[in-house]
Amino acid sequence: MKLCRELFLTFAKIGLFTFGGGYAMISVIENSCVEEKKWITHEEMMDITVIAESTPGPIAINCATFVGCRQAGIPGALAATLGIIFPSFVILYVISKFFEGFLEWKMVSSAFRGIKIAVGILILDAGIRMARKMQKKPLPCAILALSFAAMLAVNIFSLPITSVVLLVAAGAASLALSAGRGGRGK
Amino acid sequence: MIYVELFFGFLKAGCFSFGGAYGAVPLIRDIVLGYGWMTDEELTYLIAVSESTPGPIMVNLATYIGSIQAGFLGSILATFAVVLPSFLIILLVTILWKTAGKHPYVSAVFQGLKPCITGIILATGVYMAVAHCRAGQQWEASSAAITVFLAAAMYAVRRRTGKNLSPIQLILLSGIAGILVYGV
Repeated sequence: MKLCRELFLTFAKIGLFTFGGGYAMISVIENSCVEEKKWITHEEMMDITVIAESTPGPIAINCATFVGCRQAGIPGALAATLGIIFPSFVILYVISKFFEGFLEWKMVSSAFRGIKIAVGILILDAGIRMARKMQKKPLPCAILALSFAAMLAVNIFSLPITSVVLLVAAGAASLALSAGRGGRGK
Repeated sequence: MIYVELFFGFLKAGCFSFGGAYGAVPLIRDIVLGYGWMTDEELTYLIAVSESTPGPIMVNLATYIGSIQAGFLGSILATFAVVLPSFLIILLVTILWKTAGKHPYVSAVFQGLKPCITGIILATGVYMAVAHCRAGQQWEASSAAITVFLAAAMYAVRRRTGKNLSPIQLILLSGIAGILVYGV
């Protein structure tokens, strides 16, 4: 019960401070769940990121459900997921009721322009951290370089390719190579 | 019946939105315009609001649209529906993960997925960090200054205390910097 409450509160805090969705979340979750609470390891965080990106739905929700379930089973999953939704729900509900011209407030839009910059930095920081902790072997490095180049091209030229396509290709390549190696080994 | 429409509309959004919120925007647009819940212009504005408020963008959209269409109950239903597929899928994955995660094929696939997601996140970070310093085709001094300021703050804190500036502190700092630089 105490753990569930802690899960709820921690993820509510994460939900309150993640802007711009998706990848910016990874820094915040890593900071809370890996470094502070030590609920999961960095390696598990990588697994979650991959799973979250390859399954439908918001990454934040996927991460919350996974960590919650790991820590305290289904009640934990519920507590963490409700926690991460709670701030968004309250804020958007209030906006929908009372603040039609929310973005016309100069202060809000100024603060958000600043926050947007931090979001970019947070995502970059998460990426650098992940790259540093990766195994420095030829295959992972090659996959990293290729997917980096491909995703950069997708962003710059607004190509109609989603990250899922890249993930499927990388997973398939890795599986094929390891199956090939296994066959030769025997 | 609006409640049923909201539930199934957002259930569909939750089921098929891969690759983060931006990947999901075209799907959301189809659903929202298809049911006639909003005009295209209203939706574009709402997406901007959802990006400027904390939390997952999909949840923000669902709460807002549910609320304006069918009040409090509508917002609860839409939010519940958009979260439900992820919740169930991850629950299943987590339970299976204990055994399936150690299977050689699964771990071979993951060996490929991890560097790939790292590359994707790095590229997105580089792109966003650069794009946010630009307005249209030109560099923008004020945004570039905030970027340099935030990076310097992160570096200084790391040097001084040996600990990282937490993401939450960085967000707060950037919001304040935004207000100071762009005005109230």
